[in-house]
Amino acid sequence: MSVWRIMGTETEYGISVPGNPGANAMLISSQIVNSYAAAMHRARRARWDFEEENPLRDARGFDLARDVADASQLTDEDAGLANVILTNGARLYVDHAHPEYSSPEVTNPRDAVVWDKAGEWIMAEASRRAAEIPGTAPINLYKNNTDNKGASYGSHENYLMQRTTPFADIVRNLTPFFVSRQVVCGAGRVGVGQDGRAHGFQISQRADFFEVEVGLETTLKRPIINTRDEPHADPERYRRLHVIIGDANLAEISVYLKMGTTALVLAMIEERFMSTDLSVDQPVRTLHQVSHDPTLRQLVTLRNGRKLTAVQLQMEYCEQARKFVEDRLGSDVDDVTKDVLERWESVLSRLESDPMTLSRELDWVAKYEILLGYRKRDGLDWDSSRLQLVDLQYSDVRPEKGLYQRLAARGRFERITSDEEIRRAVDHPPEDTRAYFRGRCLDKYADSVAAASWDSVIFDVPGRESLQRVPTLEPTRGTKQHVQALIDRSRTAEDLVRALTEG
Amino acid sequence: MAADERGGQQHANRDKQEVEETETEAGSDLKERQEKLSEDVDSMLDEIDEVLEANSEDFVRGFVQKGGQ
Repeated sequence: MSVWRIMGTETEYGISVPGNPGANAMLISSQIVNSYAAAMHRARRARWDFEEENPLRDARGFDLARDVADASQLTDEDAGLANVILTNGARLYVDHAHPEYSSPEVTNPRDAVVWDKAGEWIMAEASRRAAEIPGTAPINLYKNNTDNKGASYGSHENYLMQRTTPFADIVRNLTPFFVSRQVVCGAGRVGVGQDGRAHGFQISQRADFFEVEVGLETTLKRPIINTRDEPHADPERYRRLHVIIGDANLAEISVYLKMGTTALVLAMIEERFMSTDLSVDQPVRTLHQVSHDPTLRQLVTLRNGRKLTAVQLQMEYCEQARKFVEDRLGSDVDDVTKDVLERWESVLSRLESDPMTLSRELDWVAKYEILLGYRKRDGLDWDSSRLQLVDLQYSDVRPEKGLYQRLAARGRFERITSDEEIRRAVDHPPEDTRAYFRGRCLDKYADSVAAASWDSVIFDVPGRESLQRVPTLEPTRGTKQHVQALIDRSRTAEDLVRALTEG
Repeated sequence: MAADERGGQQHANRDKQEVEETETEAGSDLKERQEKLSEDVDSMLDEIDEVLEANSEDFVRGFVQKGGQ
């Protein structure tokens, strides 16, 4: 009934060696991950434990046979690619041909911003470390979603949901929300069409790469609603909604509202609060059309014949969410939920009256303002390589080169976090999820952790013949409150395992 | 009756005048705001010019990615 729930983000970063477009992407991605791992000064590096992973399970209730799956869907086969578990509870590894940062589990959208931003810092640091290796060309990393030549890579969100919620309810109520939420959390893009062949600016990086309404795939025929059902938790109680339609955001308000408003809509779906059917006619086509119109005038046609803009469609959700929170929480509403609702309402009303006033809050508006400025000052057309460069360099993770990073450092973006908080989140886990247990174990017992994953930590301790697997299936357990004292008094992993098995 | 009508008319006129004045004020506010905004954007572009990668055409062409999720 609020924005609070277990959630997290995963981002595949764009990667390139300037002047060498043919550089082996898997190799340089591994260099990035390994450089960061080496800088952590751990004698032993924990493996990723794949035991509980099942990426081919479909939320609609059937398993995809392994031999009919595309090789890119088999994410649980350890290809020997670089993979580290960080002391903040995150996973840093090579996925396909990109370095990926999967944030630790958090409980609310504000923390999601903090640990997502920590990922940017980690990537920038990894790139600096990699460049220190003699004979290595500098490797650039970008928090974006396309090369504008036909390739796209993801920025996913994960939300833990109640298993009892029918998947059909999720599809029906979430699809119109996903078609329209880009007006708030789009990252902006120069180029139209998957390969950017048509010239122009569009609201979303990802929109053109979505081709179907519902499906299991993530790398081809991308669906608006992804059905991967791999909860990394008790499957009887939970499903993990794997959202693949978002853009990689840099602006804190964009990330915050992306996660916060989606969490609110999911809460309404779980509690069957949504009273009106907002189903969109031809959602995939509409998704593209909305993205292609930064004037925000494009009309969306609902199945019941009603026509409204994407901003107005978002207003419908926002209004329902306001009533929902008022109805369920009244004056007991928590600060984060209240703040998300107020900001959402304010952003939507300004998108309707004067969108450019949002250039300090939303990625796509900020980028659009810069691009319009260049067009006016230098008389550039949308096919100008300089405008494409602005689009790309906006997402460069380096503080001195990345346009977002530089402008944010000069106070040109509204922020909800502080640098100190983000710097701390680079090494420290959230305190209110199982990521706390994982992160603390990796920090304190690094040499004894053989492997770990979202739902386990596996210890190799002297005096025990087999590895000791500590399951962490419940994401809300293993928090600071639950395990701080235990970890503090267990000097070694052996002590910890003994306390756990005897307790 | 007639006086009432005239009074009503005068009232309407005064309202109209007030609205016009407010609009003019809003107009110059808007103009001022736009000018400030445009100065602000110009200084931002100057900042960006300093760090934009050289040879944009080659740089953008060289950014080739393998697909991902």
